[in-house]
Amino acid sequence: MNEAALQVLGLRKVYANGKTALAGVDLQVAQGAFHALLGPNGAGKSTLINILADTVRPTSGLAKMLGRDVFRERSWCKRHLGVVPQEVAFDPFFSPVEILRITSGLFGCRPDESWIRELLERLGLAEHAYKNTRQLSGGMRRRLLVAQALVHRPALVVLDEPTAGVDVELRRSLWSFMRELNRSGTTILLTTHYLEEAEQLCDHVTIIDGGQVVADRSMRELMEVVAGRYLFLGYGDAFELSEADARALSAFRPRVMSGGVCLHLGGQGGEDLGFHRVYEAAVSRLGIPRKVEIRQEDLEDVFIRLTGHARKEKSTS
Amino acid sequence: MNSLNPYGAWTLFLRETRRFLKVHMQTVVAPALTALLYVLIFRYAMGSRTVPGLGVDYLTFLIPGLVMMAMLQNAFANTSSSIIVGKVMNVHIYLLMAPLSAMEIILALVASAVVRAFIVAAAILAALWAFVDIPLSSISLVMLYGLCGSMLMAGLGIIAGIWAEKFDDIALISNFVIMPLTFLSGVFYSVAQLPPFWQQVNRYNPFFYLIDGFRHGFVGVGDTDPYASIDLVAGATGLCMLACWLLWRMGWRMKP
Ligand SMILES: Nc1ncnc2c1ncn2[C@@H]1O[C@H](COP(=O)(O)OP(=O)(O)O)[C@@H](O)[C@H]1O
Ligand SMILES: [Mg+2]
Repeated sequence: MNEAALQVLGLRKVYANGKTALAGVDLQVAQGAFHALLGPNGAGKSTLINILADTVRPTSGLAKMLGRDVFRERSWCKRHLGVVPQEVAFDPFFSPVEILRITSGLFGCRPDESWIRELLERLGLAEHAYKNTRQLSGGMRRRLLVAQALVHRPALVVLDEPTAGVDVELRRSLWSFMRELNRSGTTILLTTHYLEEAEQLCDHVTIIDGGQVVADRSMRELMEVVAGRYLFLGYGDAFELSEADARALSAFRPRVMSGGVCLHLGGQGGEDLGFHRVYEAAVSRLGIPRKVEIRQEDLEDVFIRLTGHARKEKSTS
Repeated sequence: MNSLNPYGAWTLFLRETRRFLKVHMQTVVAPALTALLYVLIFRYAMGSRTVPGLGVDYLTFLIPGLVMMAMLQNAFANTSSSIIVGKVMNVHIYLLMAPLSAMEIILALVASAVVRAFIVAAAILAALWAFVDIPLSSISLVMLYGLCGSMLMAGLGIIAGIWAEKFDDIALISNFVIMPLTFLSGVFYSVAQLPPFWQQVNRYNPFFYLIDGFRHGFVGVGDTDPYASIDLVAGATGLCMLACWLLWRMGWRMKP
């Protein structure tokens, strides 16, 4: 059997202020995977990543990279790991190309100039290679962070919100770059705010909330088994769900969306609540709707259902 | 087993060295100018007096002390500012993320600080050469005390950097600990000129031995026996290095 690229077992982190950021997390990332780590703000994603990066100390638990103990064989594991941290910051003394050379050196590799040039070009930084990093825009700085994580050609790349603040076009080029990197054998673990993109890119999803794993499946499985269908009933813009109605319909996990309400119809693998039962219950409380639709949950919906948090405002289209 | 990463440590050494060379006006030229001003002022203030007890011309006595003081302060500044800048700007994480052991990191940071101390010393001596005769009694004493002193201060700089949370904390240590201790350890006067009580107090000031031993290397006389104090100075330096290594390994104040 193939060794997992990353295996995390019972990882816990309690910060000095008493805050439990990770309450025993298990995570397995297969070699060659494009793995999404999702969760609302404060779920503990960055804490997990920073523990792997060795910038935060774990409280207890185990982590293995390609079979090696991350906490005992730090140097070996670090050489095979590239981390894009969530916060963007650079040494003010050095230009992008100097930063890449230094990072390469710190990882024990003589700077590979052709790889550095390729990274700068692929990430749209070639013209800015000799500028001061303070002159770079937010998006450019974030891409430099990505280049920095890749400069020593790690086998596992972990990206903590790499596309925050990057505009759509550059986001796309970054994703296509990551996809290519993944195809050539690099394992990728990614956290992102863009769930549609995660749905398209990633083959496996782990969702954490409050420091615990709430879902861990292949993307296909998640979308086929966990993602269910729901009934959208449109009542117009002024619609509001009273508390009594919410209680009466609680079996269908009602969720207000602009101009109507969504009612869960059940998962494809699980119990199917049946269109008629749901519809009739809703009509008896709310009246005849103007619009009726059966929709398939996407990753965003599943995410919201499992964590109870909206990742971002979603508009009905 | 954790594999060694000498190339990584070398890179870190070069990074730290280039950092201070990039701002050499502030890190090399300014200390040399300050020392030059001290010497000019004291030449007019003191004339050609000799130091009582030692029978050495005052300026000849003063210069090695000024050089050592600059070495100590610059070694401290190099490591402490590198770490605190890293922490304040959140770029220290790249050092934590690199496959470098605590030992390799401490060695690289200290080595760069020592290089800065010696460059500053050379700059000061070069600037003063034109004005004063500087004797050289024992080059090995000069090198040994210069090395120990700058290593010790580089180590204290690392500890201060690790402990500090903002620039002000470093300024606090610089101004209220390092400056007084170096000023009061016989840079400007022979300790033999002090009242007995203060002579006794100075026995516990590590900088006193450093400056006296270093000066001994130039002028050939001093308040202490520099060969007897070597153990003490080397021991203090060793302990300081050990403390740095342990603190870095623990991640104290560096990793939440
Ligand atoms: N250095 C710290 N000290 C104390 N609490 C922290 C620290 N860093 C993060 N936390 C807390 O730990 C929890 C998880 O944070 P984080 O890992 O950043 O979540 P995410 O990246 O999923 O948004 C949050 O409640 C956060 O406030
Ligand atoms: Mg985060």
